This record gives sequence, C-alpha cells and structure tokens, in this order.
Amino acid sequence: MTATSSKAPLPDTSRTYTLPSARRFLLWTGMAALLAWVLVPIYFVALGAFGGRTGVFRWPKSIWPSDLSFAPMMQFLNIEGVFNALMNSFIAAGLTVVFSILLGAPAGYALARYSFRGQNAYRLLVLLTRAFPLAILALPLTVSFIRIGLYDTPFGVSLIHTVLALPFAALVTQSLFMGIPREYEEAAWVFGCTRLQAFVRIVLPLALPGLAATAIFAFVISWNEVFAASILTVRERTLTAYLLKILAESPLHYRFAGGFILIIPSVLFIFAVRRYLFAVWGIASK
Amino acid sequence: MTHPVSRRAIAMAAAAFLGSFAAAQAQETVFYSTQLRPIEEASKVRDVLLKGIPGKVTYIVDEPPAFAVRMKAETQAGKRTVDVVGALHGELQPHVPADLQPIDDLVAKVADRGIPANLMDLGKLGTGQQQYIPWMQATYVMVASKQALQYLPAGADVNTLTYEQLLQWAKNVADKTGQRRLGFPAGPTGLMSRFFQGYFYPSFTGGVVTTFKSADAEAGWNTMKELWAVSNPNSTNYNFMQEPLMAGEVWIAWDHIARVKEALTTQPDQFVAFPAPAGPKGRGYMPVIAGLAIPKDAPNRTGAVAVIEHMTKPETQLLTAAEVGFFPVVKADLPPNLPPGVKLLAGAVAATQGAKDALVSLLPVGLGAKGGEFNKVYTDAFQRIVLRNEPVKGVLESQAKTLEALMKDTNAPCWAPDKPSQGACPVQ
Amino acid sequence: MTARTSWIPYALIAPSVLFLGALFIVPLVQTIWLSFSAGEGLSLVNYQRMAGDLNFGLAIRNTFLLTVVVVPLQVVLALAMATMVSKLEKGRDLVLWVLTIPLGVSDLAAGLAWLSLLQNTGYLNSALYALGLIPGPVGWLSQETPWALFFGIVLAEIWRATAIVLVILIAGLQLIPKEFSEAAEIFGASPWTRFRRITLPLLKPSLQSALILRTVLAFEVFAVVYALGGRNFPVLAGEAYTWQNENQNYGVAAAYAVLIMAISLAATAVYLRALRTRPEQLP
Repeated sequence: MTATSSKAPLPDTSRTYTLPSARRFLLWTGMAALLAWVLVPIYFVALGAFGGRTGVFRWPKSIWPSDLSFAPMMQFLNIEGVFNALMNSFIAAGLTVVFSILLGAPAGYALARYSFRGQNAYRLLVLLTRAFPLAILALPLTVSFIRIGLYDTPFGVSLIHTVLALPFAALVTQSLFMGIPREYEEAAWVFGCTRLQAFVRIVLPLALPGLAATAIFAFVISWNEVFAASILTVRERTLTAYLLKILAESPLHYRFAGGFILIIPSVLFIFAVRRYLFAVWGIASK
Repeated sequence: MTHPVSRRAIAMAAAAFLGSFAAAQAQETVFYSTQLRPIEEASKVRDVLLKGIPGKVTYIVDEPPAFAVRMKAETQAGKRTVDVVGALHGELQPHVPADLQPIDDLVAKVADRGIPANLMDLGKLGTGQQQYIPWMQATYVMVASKQALQYLPAGADVNTLTYEQLLQWAKNVADKTGQRRLGFPAGPTGLMSRFFQGYFYPSFTGGVVTTFKSADAEAGWNTMKELWAVSNPNSTNYNFMQEPLMAGEVWIAWDHIARVKEALTTQPDQFVAFPAPAGPKGRGYMPVIAGLAIPKDAPNRTGAVAVIEHMTKPETQLLTAAEVGFFPVVKADLPPNLPPGVKLLAGAVAATQGAKDALVSLLPVGLGAKGGEFNKVYTDAFQRIVLRNEPVKGVLESQAKTLEALMKDTNAPCWAPDKPSQGACPVQ
Repeated sequence: MTARTSWIPYALIAPSVLFLGALFIVPLVQTIWLSFSAGEGLSLVNYQRMAGDLNFGLAIRNTFLLTVVVVPLQVVLALAMATMVSKLEKGRDLVLWVLTIPLGVSDLAAGLAWLSLLQNTGYLNSALYALGLIPGPVGWLSQETPWALFFGIVLAEIWRATAIVLVILIAGLQLIPKEFSEAAEIFGASPWTRFRRITLPLLKPSLQSALILRTVLAFEVFAVVYALGGRNFPVLAGEAYTWQNENQNYGVAAAYAVLIMAISLAATAVYLRALRTRPEQLP
C-alpha cells in the first residue's frame, strides 16, 4: 500500500503522522461511513433474528433492539441434523481448500512464469468454468456421481466446489506470482539453488499471504455454495444447503435467524485469518 | 437424543459408500417427499404419522426441483435409493413412465379405505395403469383480515362472494385506507398459475384450455386488470401469502391452504377464511392431490407398500389433518378437536366444496413433463396483459398458439371443466 | 529458458487439466449437446424458444445494465477503500476485517439482509417515515418501481461483492515496491500523478484478474436479484434456472447457459486485450 499511503501532501518520510487534522477528520468520517455500510445490514439481520415472531412485522421499525427473544435462535440450533450438516460443511470446505490450492497454485505459477504452447487454451479452460452457470451442469453431474458412488458425500460436493474455486485459485496465484520479481528467483539460481529450492525459499514465503487469501476464497466459495450442494446430496447436506431447505418455507423470523447463523461463521473465519490479511499488509508497509 | 435420524443417515451413507446395499435394504424404507417439508411438519411425520409401521422408515424431504432432478438422475444412473415417494399430482406427472412403476396391485390393497373413484382415477395420470395412490388433499381458499370486513360492499357475504364484489371490496379498502391490500401469490414460486387454471378461467369461461381465447376470457382478463389495479404491487414478490397477511401488508388474499396456514394458526382471531369468488360461469375451484408412488427398481418394495397402506388408513388420515392441516382423501369425519387455525381452513374448504355454484377444475392430466410449460402459457398471458399492458386479444391469440402446440405435442385430452375430447384438447 | 524447461509448465498444469476435464468438460459437453438437440437430431429449436420468450430481451438488457453499473462502481469503491485504509494510523487490522466480512456472506444471507432494509415495512421505510418523508410503507421492490428495484439490487450487489475486489487489489498493491513511489515523490510528482502513473499501471495484473472475475460473476448474478425482486427483474441466469426448474425444459435452460458462457467469454477476451500486461511493465 506504499503508493497510496504516500499520497500525503508533504514530501516527508514520516508521512502518516503529518496528516492535517481536517484531512484526518475527513478520513475517519469516510472510514466510519464505509464501516457502517458493511455492518448495518448485518445488524438488521441480527435484529430480525432476535426480534421474535412479531418483531419482523412491526411498523414502523425501531433501529434499536426491543423485546429480544432467543427462542427462534435456540429452536433453530436444536433442529436435528444441524450439527451433522455443520461437520459436512467443514469437511467439504476443507477439502475444497486443499484441492484448489494443490491444483490451482502450480497452474498459476506456470501461467505467471512460463510462456508455453497451449497457454491461452488453458486460460480459456479455466475461465470457462466460471463463465458457465454450474447449476445447469447439475443433472449430468448427478448421474455420474451416483454411478461412481460419490453422490451424497461431502467429498463429492468438495469436487464440484473445487471446480468453482479453481479459477479463483489459478488467477489469483497467477497475479501473485507475476508480482514477485522473476529476478529474485534467477538470483537464487545463480547462487546454486535448484528451481525447487529457489521456489520454496524465495517465492513461497513472499506468496504465502496471497495463498492464504486464496484459501479463504476457496473456503468461502464452498461454504456458501447452495445449488450444487443441495442437488448432489440428500442426507449428507452441507449447512448452507440444509438451511436453505428449511429456510425456504419457514416464517420470516426463522429466516432471519438462519441468515444470521450463516453470517456468523464467515465473520469468525475472516476474523481468524485476518492475521494473514494483515500480513499481506505488513509486507507492503515494511 | 433427537438425532436418531441423522445417525441413521450417517450409517446409511457409510453402508452405501461401502457398497453393502443389501444390509441397509433389509431394515429401512426410504420415504422421499416434496410435501410436509417445513421442519415442524417433517418432525410430525417422523414422530407421529409414521409410527406403527414395522421396520424403520426414513423420511427425507426435498424441494420439487431437486426432487425432479434426483428422480431422473437415479433412473439414468440405474441406481435407485428411494423406495416410496410422496409428491403432488403435478410433480409426479413428469416421471411417468420413465421413473415410476405401475402399482395396480396396490389398488386392491387400499380398496377398503373408501378413496373416491375419481381420485383414484387421477392416480392413473392419464395412463391405463395406477401410478400413484392418493395420499392427502388440499385446495385453495381466500383469507381476509378482520379489519377488511367493514369494507365489504353492501349485501356481500364472504362465503358467496363474486369477482365483482371482490373488486368492489378491494376498491373500498384501497380508497378508505390509501393502500392496495388485495394480494396474489404471483412471485417466482407462488402458485398464481393455479389461480388462472383452477379459479379464474373456470369461473369466467367455464373451461381452461378450449375457452382460452374466447370472448368470455377477454372479459375476464379485463376484470383481472381492474383487480390488479387494487392489488398490492408487491404481489409479484409474494410466494406465500401468510407473510404479507401477518405483516398487514395484505388484507385479502388467495392462496393454497398450506401457504396461509401459518397466519391462521398463529392468529386465528385475526383472520377469516372463505371460498374463492364466483364468476359468470360458476365458482371454479381446484382440489390439490398429493399421491404416494413407488419409483422403478425401488430397493425395498415391501417397505414401500407398507408405508402406502399405513398412510391411507382412515386413522392416519385424520391424524394428518389434525397435525399438519392436509385433508383426508378417504371418507372420514374430521375430529372436533382441531386447532382453531386448521378449523378455519376446514370450514372454508367445506364451504367451497358445498357451494351451490361450485365448479370443479381438475389438475392438468396427460401433460407429462410439459406441465411447467403449460403453467407458463397462463403466467405469460398474465405478464403481458396485466403487467405490460399489451392488448388482450393479441396476447391471447399468440399464447393460444403456444398452448395448441403444447396440447398437440402431448396429445393430452381435455379434462374438467373442459368437455372431454377425442385426441388432443383443442383451443377454440 | 522456454526450450530448456518446456516440460515444466505442462507438468504444473496437468493435474488441474485432468481434474477439470473429468468434472467440468464432460458435463459441459453433455449440456451443450442437450442445448442443440430436440427430439432426435440436431436443431436450433431450443435457441428459437429462448429468443422468442417474453423475458429474453429484458433479461439480456437487465444483465448487461447491472454488469455495466455494478462492476466499475465496485472497482472504484475497492480502490477508495484500499487508499483510505492505507492512511489509517491505527486500527487497520480491525477495519480491514470489517471491510472483508461481506466476502464470507452467502448470496442467500446478503439477499435477506437487504430485504430487511428495503421491504415495505423495512428499515429504510421506517427511517423515511420517522423523518416525515413518506406517509406509510412504500414499495420499492415491485414491478411498478423498476428503477428503485434496480437501484436496490445494485446496492446489494455492491455490498456483497466489493470485498473480493478489495482483497485482490490489496494482494496486488502490497507487491508494488514502495521505492517507485518514493522516487516519484522526491521528483515532486503529485499524489494523483503518482497514483495514475505508478500505482495504476503496476496494478494492472490484479485489476485484470479482479475485473474478469467480477464481470464473469456479474453475468451469472441471480440469487440476490431473486431474493429482492423475484421475477420482476429478469436476468439471464435466473431465466436459465426458471426454465430448468419450473418449466422443466432442460434444453432451453441449456441454451441459456451456453449463451451466458458465450457472453462471459466475449467480455473476458475484451479485458485480456484491453489490459494486456507486457513483461517489461512488471516490477
């Protein structure tokens, strides 16, 4: 973030500390607006989730919580199968992360470092996967999954989610590796490192935060994907697919409770990996 | 512990994964349903309605689209995991003959249940053999908030309402309260197409297919435009009318009984339920039938037969009405101790069936997988005429062409209230 | 280098090619085949039905409109967010976390969140009512208010999917050596010039990735639109879904899917040309 952080008016090395107070005020106002922009809709879902049966139909609504009720939330968590679905979600998302990094990162590296025949064909293939609505592939996929016994397993779901996450992994890692100067690696070769050593010692540490970000994408894509997960499973539903089924026909306050439950893990997960996101930052401002 | 099903499900999946199907088959019947999906109703099926069947029955539910995909996919893969399916008449139709097996042997077994012959005939789905056994029935009713009753036009009675009176009533409400408060479930998963096929067309034209572009139909669509002018513009977002009713956004609504039930059971003192209005040709109404069928190559046919026999017993049928609000297909008197909301619904259903001018409109028969496109003919006509304000005559002419092609394609004969036809039902 | 190591890139991409071949290309070919078949033999019947449908024109218009409005706004907003965060003296960590939360929120939940704001008895109307601007609940998401509906969908999409652009841009920005900018600063370049001449060109690969991903995803937009507007605002992916699930005509659904793919590929080709990255431009 150097480039932008050095936009301060004075050619002074202690840049950020010289922001005039008016600008700082503006900055914080803007920041507060952005934070509110992100948080306010989530707050309203939470209000709906805890507002009880009549809360969602009140008019006019108050932006302050009133007669909080934990009943819908508790009832929701007591629904049988929620825990099982949660485990399925973790298994599917975890496998998706592993597969998409293992398959995507080498491809991203190849695209960034080499020019080879078929490069554009490969790029096209990767893009095709994102350019085609996966939902429509559900029928042929279901047939082959039943045949090979992958139907109704989190493993099978993770395979499809990897198809979804792979282009992200390949494209993001490609731009990541492109951003790491080739000269670093070449210097390592000069000093006698093999290609692999040069990659592991020089490139990988620089790329790690970006790879972490890629892993987050993959996890989140799998966690949130509903359509393939609900077509390819019956009993071993992922949490999102399981909730979707229940939510579709529940009263509104249940739906807010379910929506809130869907938001919480992603908030926590992003909180858990924020160190990596911050590490992304750290490299820049070192 | 409340997790027996999920644990069993894990065991089943593990067993399936290892390829040891036989062990699982011997113990378990998989009952796969598109009905009674909401969590509370599904647990009632598991804990109450399925009690008393020998052997384990696993009740799993899915939305209709997922149901259709799964049924097709299992057939194509040649590997069936489901033993018995429960779904609406229209949802089972696309799966004949590819995915369902004829169950003529069951007709004799349930003969003593007293299922009316016309219902049993519906179960043939237009073929020569029994495809499903009727399971439960429902229909559509009107529900109004008690606040709306004061605006009823003079001399109107909700139980013998006409479309003219409904229009006047909704106009009064809109004029007096400043809000358009008539509501239709015209959202993406709403059942608006059934309104046109089972209520609007029969009431105004006395037919559904043959009268599609008649002069009566034109007059009807003009009334529909007027109705729309006093309907809540959010109607095209509504899938279930219970929510806008409870929110007070809508005061007068038409919908399937299962989709207004929540409003009536939570606030039975706030609402009234009554039959749909009558038009010049009578009071069109459409009974909805859910049926039980056995997929081709079901691994546990014996278990499936046991489930069907159990679910059609009169005592199970009464229990179904009391617990989940779907009505019996057998002749049985409803118990007096129904919950107040269900009682309101039962009253409206009885008033509909008993109305002097009642005009039964059956579910489409013989359309096979084209049922969805049949619905589209009516909803597209609605979109173009009412929402996009295209000239009525032109729209009906062009939609009639699609309808005619569809009928020729499927060779579906006419069904009530259209007069029986030789060959494909003609559009006159 | 290329000659000596020519097998390496193939070895690197081989696993993903095999994977995508089995799990994507095979069903894709089956679907394309489906879109061109009707009864027996090949025909364009499915495409004719698609093009003749009453929602076809609208769906094309709406999808493009949404993409053209949403994607640029997201890129600008993400750049602004990145810039502002970089100036924070403390709390970056926390701010960054909050700004990336929508990244983890599913379409389903995002649609629900905005529905709670924009529905008739929602918070927006409650606020307007409290300010005395409206007399009672007003509908924003109906057929009769297409522009308000469009605006609502744009807001929800920006809320939901800006975070992904932000993260890609940050991942790119952090790799730009800060010496470049410092050098320019010493030579007296203004902040805007430095941004335009140094940051932006160096950010091209990331911008390219972000734009391609967002655009391709924008052509598939569906869940949020469906949650807020139902069928009041037809989009291509929604039509495909409807033909598959409600009308149960898999052929026409497949035709829509093929059309979406064609449009996405065309858009991608445009980006790849317009934002070509030459090796000498890399840091």
